[in-house]
Amino acid sequence: MSLSKARKDYLEGLCQRLRQDLIKLLYSIQTGHPGGSLSSTEIMTTLYFEKLRVDPKNPKDPNRDRFILGKGHAAPMLYQILSERGFFPQDDLATLRQLDSHLQGHPCAKKTCGVELSTGPLGLGLPAGLGMAMAARLDNKDFRTYVLMGDGELQEGIVWEAAMSAAKFGADNLLVIVDNNGVQLDGTVAEIMPMGDIAAKWQAFGWNVISIDGHCVEAVSDAIDLAATVKGKPTVIVAKTVKGKGVSFMEGNSAWHGKPISKDEYVNAMKELGVNV
Amino acid sequence: MNAVKKAIRDVYGDTLAQLGRENPDIVALDADVGSSSKSIVFGKEFPKRYFNVGVAEANMVAMAAGLATAGKIPFANTFAAFMVLRAADPVRSLIAYTGLNVKLAGTYAGLSDSYDGASHHAIADIAFMRALPNMTVVSVSDPVEAELATRAVAEFKGPVYLRLSRAEVPVVLDKATYKFEIGKGVTLREGNDLTIVATGYMLVKALEAAEILADKGIRARVVNIHTIKPIDRELLIASARETGAIVTAEEHNVYGGLGSAVAEVLSQGCPVPMEVVGVNDTFTESGDYEKLLAKYGLSAANIVAHAEKVLKRKD
Repeated sequence: MSLSKARKDYLEGLCQRLRQDLIKLLYSIQTGHPGGSLSSTEIMTTLYFEKLRVDPKNPKDPNRDRFILGKGHAAPMLYQILSERGFFPQDDLATLRQLDSHLQGHPCAKKTCGVELSTGPLGLGLPAGLGMAMAARLDNKDFRTYVLMGDGELQEGIVWEAAMSAAKFGADNLLVIVDNNGVQLDGTVAEIMPMGDIAAKWQAFGWNVISIDGHCVEAVSDAIDLAATVKGKPTVIVAKTVKGKGVSFMEGNSAWHGKPISKDEYVNAMKELGVNV
Repeated sequence: MNAVKKAIRDVYGDTLAQLGRENPDIVALDADVGSSSKSIVFGKEFPKRYFNVGVAEANMVAMAAGLATAGKIPFANTFAAFMVLRAADPVRSLIAYTGLNVKLAGTYAGLSDSYDGASHHAIADIAFMRALPNMTVVSVSDPVEAELATRAVAEFKGPVYLRLSRAEVPVVLDKATYKFEIGKGVTLREGNDLTIVATGYMLVKALEAAEILADKGIRARVVNIHTIKPIDRELLIASARETGAIVTAEEHNVYGGLGSAVAEVLSQGCPVPMEVVGVNDTFTESGDYEKLLAKYGLSAANIVAHAEKVLKRKD
């Protein structure tokens, strides 16, 4: 079912506010990863506010959908969304990466309510997600497992071990979304380790592939619905995105994978996002 | 030694299948060595609950982590060498970090895959596993213990590394009376001149060594430490206090394994002269299992030699 105009407007407005909040947060703590958080904003927002069957009042419901942030460095955006969704108080966000906080630099399932899997070391989200999908099948549960991965993350060999396994086990209750922002820590993906035709690679591993614009909430929503209709094999959505999306000087610039935001940069970034500070 | 021999891996495979009959939440994974680890026995009986992922150990262990988050009790099976070397990242980052209820069954541990050579021997696995917070480390000595330990590990809540052997080894424990409790060492022979603390198949060698020492008029106590972490501090300190000298014996490098764990306890709790029997920080080689053990010092004779050495250091 396509998004109504009202839902589309709501999600887009929410994405804009989450971007503003992200810059404010990362400026205030002077640490964290803005680039990959900004590229995955529409994907995660659409998932959490439109698709995922999760309930902050019953966060361990055995029938809940599972979301795994394979690219764990986008934790700041995940935390903002979890808090917006009601998993923990918004005031907690200011403690991100600080001593005694439940909000670790990378997601920790033991500490943070709503985090399904501890991630950070890249590539482990997909095989673990496959394990969750297999548990659903064994228990005849209809929950779906979603794994958001970076394109740089696809360079980890274990991703392709898991891709083979998911195809073998016909994991049609597993959905991967690749945040294909074209930039990794040391430079562009094309410079560091060219990935070639990502869609063709997944296809060759036996997956159903859907390619979309990852900044269009309607496209994200439609692709997730379409994936749910595919039986017998897993689906991957290859979402073209821009690293640092929404802040011109961060866009496509690997330097903004993870670095502190200066006063001037903060003012300019917020201005571009529609806020004068 | 005229005792009945059984392969540890066969006992493990049969026990895992039996546990599968008793508890539908138990699932098993293997990385294309099911015929060796004997997880295949479970797989044949419960094909839907058995995941053979091919030659992809890290993927297997990460999948096990996902299964555990949803309430399954996964037993992940591969050679001990590959469990720690290939799957180290998900073992640490997913399972230990979050305390997931995954059972990591490392078979062919120590030198037990003897003919395959040093590439397949595991002499650093205890060191790695016990350095991970939240990880429990259990090492199996004989066929009786293999069954009891596998059962206890399945019932235990939390991540466990279960160290298993390929070898056929004699039954030395009495199934009718032996009690296995994770974290509790077991005194198998009394004696007050020194204590031999052993784990895994070296327990059998330690009992042989105690016999040889007895013939020489030396009364050695023998303690089985099947749980290397959390280690039984009370029993170790009491043994040190009462016998005044310790020899440890393990099928592992002398660095980071049982000897290190015991030294950590005793250096703080009751320092006494101590000697460590293990692989002396060298790569091993292919060969007949017993000859290989003897060449690398993992023998009753070498435990006896170290016992005599430690007794000379005793006041």
